[in-house]
Amino acid sequence: MSQAPISGEPHSEEPRSEEPRSGRSGTGRDVVFVDGVRTPFGRAGEKGIYAGTRADDLVVKCIRELMRRNPSLPADRIDEVAVAATTQTGDQGLTIGRTAALLAGLPRTVPGFAVDRMCAGAMTAVTTTASGIAFGAYDVVIAGGVEHMGNHPMGEGADPNPRFMSERLVDPAALNMGNTAENLHDRFPAITKDRADAYAVASQDKLAAAYDNGRIQPDLVPVATIKPGQGWTLNTMDEPPRPGTSLEDLAALRTPFRPHGRVTAGNAAGLNDGATAALLASADAAAELGLPVKMRLVSYAFAGVEPEVMGIGPVPATEKALKNAGLGIGDIGLFEINEAFAVQVLSFLDHFGIADDDPRVNRYGGAIAVGHPLASSGVRLMNQLARQFEEDPSVRYGMTTMCVGLGMGATVIWENPHHGAYGSAEAETATTETEGAAA
Amino acid sequence: MSVAADFRKLADLFPDETVTHSYVRDIELPAARGKTNAGKSSAGTFALITLDNGLDHTKPTTLGPNTLVELGTVLEGLRDRAARGEIVGVGVTGKPYFLVAGADLSAVKSLNNRDHGLWMARLGHEVYATLANLGVPSFAFINGVSLGGGLEIALQSTYRTVSTGAGSLALPEAFIGLVPGWGGVYILPRLIGPENAVKVMIENPLSNNRTLTGPQAFGLGVADAIFEPADFLEQSLAWAAKVISGEVVPERPNAVDPSDPAVAGRWAAAVAGGRAFVESKTSNASPAPAKVLDVMEANRAMGQADAAALECETLAGLMQTDEFRSTVYAFLDLVQKRTKRPAGAPDRKLARPVTRIGVIGAGLMASQLALLFARQLKVPVVMTDIDQARVDKGVGYVHTEVDKLLAKNRISADAANRTRALVTGSVSWDAFADADFVIEAVFEELNVKKQVFAEVEAIVSPDCILATNTSSLSVTAMAEDLAHPERLVGFHFFNPVAVMPLLEIVRAPKTDDAVLATAFELAKGLKKSAVLVKDAPAFVVNRILLRLMGEVTAAFDEGTPADVADNALRPMGLPMTPFTLGSMVGLPVAQHVQESLHAAFGDRFRVSQNLQKLIDNGVKSLWAPEPGPDGKPFIPAETMALLSFGTSPSTGDEVLRRTQDALAEEIGLMLEEGVVAGPEDIDLCMILGAGWPMFLGGITPYLDRVGASERVNGKRFLAPGVASAPVPA
Repeated sequence: MSQAPISGEPHSEEPRSEEPRSGRSGTGRDVVFVDGVRTPFGRAGEKGIYAGTRADDLVVKCIRELMRRNPSLPADRIDEVAVAATTQTGDQGLTIGRTAALLAGLPRTVPGFAVDRMCAGAMTAVTTTASGIAFGAYDVVIAGGVEHMGNHPMGEGADPNPRFMSERLVDPAALNMGNTAENLHDRFPAITKDRADAYAVASQDKLAAAYDNGRIQPDLVPVATIKPGQGWTLNTMDEPPRPGTSLEDLAALRTPFRPHGRVTAGNAAGLNDGATAALLASADAAAELGLPVKMRLVSYAFAGVEPEVMGIGPVPATEKALKNAGLGIGDIGLFEINEAFAVQVLSFLDHFGIADDDPRVNRYGGAIAVGHPLASSGVRLMNQLARQFEEDPSVRYGMTTMCVGLGMGATVIWENPHHGAYGSAEAETATTETEGAAA
Repeated sequence: MSVAADFRKLADLFPDETVTHSYVRDIELPAARGKTNAGKSSAGTFALITLDNGLDHTKPTTLGPNTLVELGTVLEGLRDRAARGEIVGVGVTGKPYFLVAGADLSAVKSLNNRDHGLWMARLGHEVYATLANLGVPSFAFINGVSLGGGLEIALQSTYRTVSTGAGSLALPEAFIGLVPGWGGVYILPRLIGPENAVKVMIENPLSNNRTLTGPQAFGLGVADAIFEPADFLEQSLAWAAKVISGEVVPERPNAVDPSDPAVAGRWAAAVAGGRAFVESKTSNASPAPAKVLDVMEANRAMGQADAAALECETLAGLMQTDEFRSTVYAFLDLVQKRTKRPAGAPDRKLARPVTRIGVIGAGLMASQLALLFARQLKVPVVMTDIDQARVDKGVGYVHTEVDKLLAKNRISADAANRTRALVTGSVSWDAFADADFVIEAVFEELNVKKQVFAEVEAIVSPDCILATNTSSLSVTAMAEDLAHPERLVGFHFFNPVAVMPLLEIVRAPKTDDAVLATAFELAKGLKKSAVLVKDAPAFVVNRILLRLMGEVTAAFDEGTPADVADNALRPMGLPMTPFTLGSMVGLPVAQHVQESLHAAFGDRFRVSQNLQKLIDNGVKSLWAPEPGPDGKPFIPAETMALLSFGTSPSTGDEVLRRTQDALAEEIGLMLEEGVVAGPEDIDLCMILGAGWPMFLGGITPYLDRVGASERVNGKRFLAPGVASAPVPA
């Protein structure tokens, strides 16, 4: 951080923010990821664990858990509550950031707003409020997302402009995410159904291992739910995972988007319900309030691609974020990439020359196993990256990235505070932009 | 041996019971944070019972025989699982907003013999004993309404949490006519101390059936932990896990050991205090409150099993009392149900909107009305009087009352501003030009009221409703000279207007349905319970009160000593003695109404010359304002000097009997005249307008009970069993 803070506030004497380095933030103050939680994810639909449960209530559980886990944070120090949802009606409507704040019992002085960037909603809630922190508008924020796809089936209530079709602006098929995944297979013939299925099996296996090792549970908020004729229960585990899924199992699945296609329910994320929330702060405020630092925000970027192949979105977004950070792909020691579709992850890995089974990628498995309640997923990626930072101090930089409907990508790069060089200004000249040129 | 086998016969008596089911789900309890063992995050399996009748929040969950048998069967299964080491704890909670609202009173009411009642009492004990002896700790998570047998489920559990959002937590049995006899009367004093227990079991039920909020219950020690509603169950389960693991040991600072001699002294003192309270509130006219204290007194030195047997016997006895039956009738059939659909009220669709109200007069009654209208209806209210000083005084009263509410934090500053701004005054009728509803509260003189209405009718719109708050004048006569007599309706409030829930809506012969429908909608908006009455002298409440006061005063005038006369009705348990009531109403007001009734009905309503002498001499009360040196009320010598007496004194019993007979006669005549739709409306009026006790069922069940109805009218007001113990088959 080489420039004076725009806010004009006297800057802290934190050594890490004094001199330029490659993993630089843009301008303004350092932003840190303090903590993040999520509800267990459920399968959307009548039989799912959250059938009959409200989306806003899921967000409320997350916000309250964040407050309980960080008792040194006075609730009235929260400057903003940004909550994303793709469908902003019903229990996800009414400016859900504000309603969730009120329902969670935060002081009425705490404002809130709603965010929508489809799948990257929570990620956008994080980057938008983080920018506000960097600018000096906020000290502490809550950012998260929710999608109850049981209450709000994808595309419900959508009214696409007929010009999309009449002027061939967007292939109508691109409004269906499964079709775009098939399109991506067309574009990259090297990505076969077998590779996609193998990737999906690995995702299930990695998640099961992470559960066995207690990596997932610490950031889950138990949610009590009641169903007619059954009474109350407590949900403490994700519902979507199918541990033990084999290649044979996946081979037997139908390809709903095309006859003899490649995309199946097994190599794609499902339709899910869930919510996430994260606590972000300026580095100064975190220090002042005694809040832990799990990650430091380095850079972020969003990029647009052809809507027909929206899954490729993370590639340009990542290139832009790396450029903003002055880093190369080789500097990234851990990747949390959302698995909307296996083909979309594989296209990213191929582009950057990373192996399908590279241990840096999705160590705890991904959305194919755990689920993808659209606008909530960004913070899940961050929670998991933060856990991995903690357990692997050798990694200095990590990345959370995802594709977004209608042809976009989103990438956020984070620095590991447990790394020996964290806070040091030494330039990482080993930046190897060329590595990324492989694809 | 199982609860299902033992109580099948009882359960089978209730094939139509709305069963509250006991759904069980196994929950892996979260391990305490920081103690996770490589992610094995369970501290054991916990069985959570949800009490749910499958209906929405407007249909409370209740405990009937089938419900209890199901719960008992579920608990027996869990006891077996606990013995096998499969579960580490059991929790009980309810559907949203309810733990469980208590015993199914309609079911209990239909237990038509003592044996069935005893079975019901034993069934509850058997089920709750299983809950208390599962072999693993039990937890009640009090998420909402928890009354009587509902709260006793919680008390019988090993531990309790309560939601800050929970309300209506109570043991109201003393009010209903029973005892908290599913262990409540045994456990509560041990858990929260005898003084608090008397407060919860006696003082609250006998103080308009007051209940506790979650925080109040927690403060008394009824619950061990309290959590907010947003994640009440999650936090309760996390807390339960910590209790089971030993990480948390609940403290119970109010709990006592009854074998401790110091506690024995406190116990006796608390019971004695309770008895004094019962005496002051009910004159011991209903057996239940004293029984609660008897059982509590006796169980101090008992084990729980002996105490349970005593509770069952006591419950079985009380279930067959008229007082219990009358209370259920008054509480369920009248106050809860009949008020929602007033008999004879026209279709509410006929009601017209009321967006501006006029109050004629700015005296105390008028000012109270203006305040009530502005607060509850939130529409502009304009008061008029003959000069600016009176108008200012009336508006000033409203402003002062609003300030008091604000000072007590009963309303917000914004609401105070809004209410003050709604109430204005004028010395001109013109202020009523755009009013939809104009009510008079001027001097009780027919010609004055007729004059006022004539002038107002010249100003207001053709649709404007005119209402009178008269307590004794003829609404029919008042309407006679109006251009539109169909627009006049009686709208009779009770003092104090803000507190008393009754509104007598008086239909004169020409009052039209739209006007009447509007009056009923207004009553609802004012949060009053309205009863439709025919235009008859003094309507219902005042006619009955004055017939009663007239009899007692007549006995006094005839030579019955004042304390004998005034205390003769003690066995009825009325809220105050007749003479006290007279001075509270104001002797001149009482006399004025009595004169109207005398004019209408002759000697059934005798006008007391003694009373007139008190009024003429400015005496406000027969009794001296303060008791005498012996602590008893007395009549000052100078008051006595004004009075003269006959030479035929009565005993208290004679006064009581003649009053019972007088009331039976008067109510019989009122029903013949068609003043109200039925005896139920008479009872509702006396409960809501005069505060008469529910254990009298209002009044007609009492008159049936003591035989007055048969003596005077040759028949009962209500069929046997409606509000009385059933006749043995």
